[in-house]
Amino acid sequence: MMAFIHKAGTVAVFAGLVAVCTGTQAQGPFGAPNESSAFSIPENQLVQPAELSRILAAKSGVKPLVLQVGSRVLFEQAHIAGSEYDGPGSQQAGLDQLKKRVAALPKDKAIVLYCGCCPWNRCPNVAPAFRLLQGMGFTQVKVLYIANNFGADWAEKGYPVERSH
Amino acid sequence: MCGRCAALLLAGLVFAILVVPICFAAAPVERPLVNKPAPEIARADLNGARITLKSLRGKVVLLNFWATWCAPCQIEMPVFSRWQQQYGAEGFQVVGISMDDDAAPVRKLLAKLKINYPIAMGDAQLGERYGGVMGLPLSFLIDRHGVARARFQGETELSTIEAQLKQMLLSR
Repeated sequence: MMAFIHKAGTVAVFAGLVAVCTGTQAQGPFGAPNESSAFSIPENQLVQPAELSRILAAKSGVKPLVLQVGSRVLFEQAHIAGSEYDGPGSQQAGLDQLKKRVAALPKDKAIVLYCGCCPWNRCPNVAPAFRLLQGMGFTQVKVLYIANNFGADWAEKGYPVERSH
Repeated sequence: MCGRCAALLLAGLVFAILVVPICFAAAPVERPLVNKPAPEIARADLNGARITLKSLRGKVVLLNFWATWCAPCQIEMPVFSRWQQQYGAEGFQVVGISMDDDAAPVRKLLAKLKINYPIAMGDAQLGERYGGVMGLPLSFLIDRHGVARARFQGETELSTIEAQLKQMLLSR
């Protein structure tokens, strides 16, 4: 019995360390992520950088519309090749711009949103933009999962970027 | 294998696979700009005063790229203000560069935060001169001779920055 407690305790200590190192999530009441937190986006709605890069590079297949919903200054320095700037999702002006951009698109249009301004748990832009498109009835919306920032998780990985200034 | 050994092995594996890579992912990355002359920033701050790194030679400069929508940035800035007050007389100067799209939200936030160091608006060209500001916060410690000595990307333990700036203040 004591040996079991010892083992369980050891594992629990390390599990605790993992939790500390991964940082805290922006949480609402009862531990659920706030709607404005990127953590509130369901996991099955996320696309990983490597996967999106493969989709964009493929010679065949449907290419999604890729929209940056973060900072213009960051977008001008580097953005995903072929993507468009649509204003910060954390601000009403950005959401209005996004709404206008997608208004005429069919609801089953494949759209990928991304930001990369900050670590995922701090990004204020992607969740509001995602909720807007969901609310408008778009069914094929994915969000690019950027763990740290656009530089580290896209540009420095060698995935294609463009500048716009 | 004994039970105790198995438990230790399991714990070690968990640590190696999960904890080590995650903790090290947050460490500052060595960049080409470090140990090279810091690119000039030359621009007017939000009060209209001209800021240049050249005019700050002889001081240790903390150059901080931030934005109003960056939550960790707003945790750092009051601490930088405190350091400005604490170490300013020893030749320390903080300079903030906002990477917001326009100055209006910056002015609004600064009125609340009561920052005691100059803030100027950045742009993509300045970001590129600093190796690409593609994630915030991003800070550089620049020595008294205008050489960038450290780069801190993302949320950084502020005591790490403070220890390094104190060290830099000691050298003339």
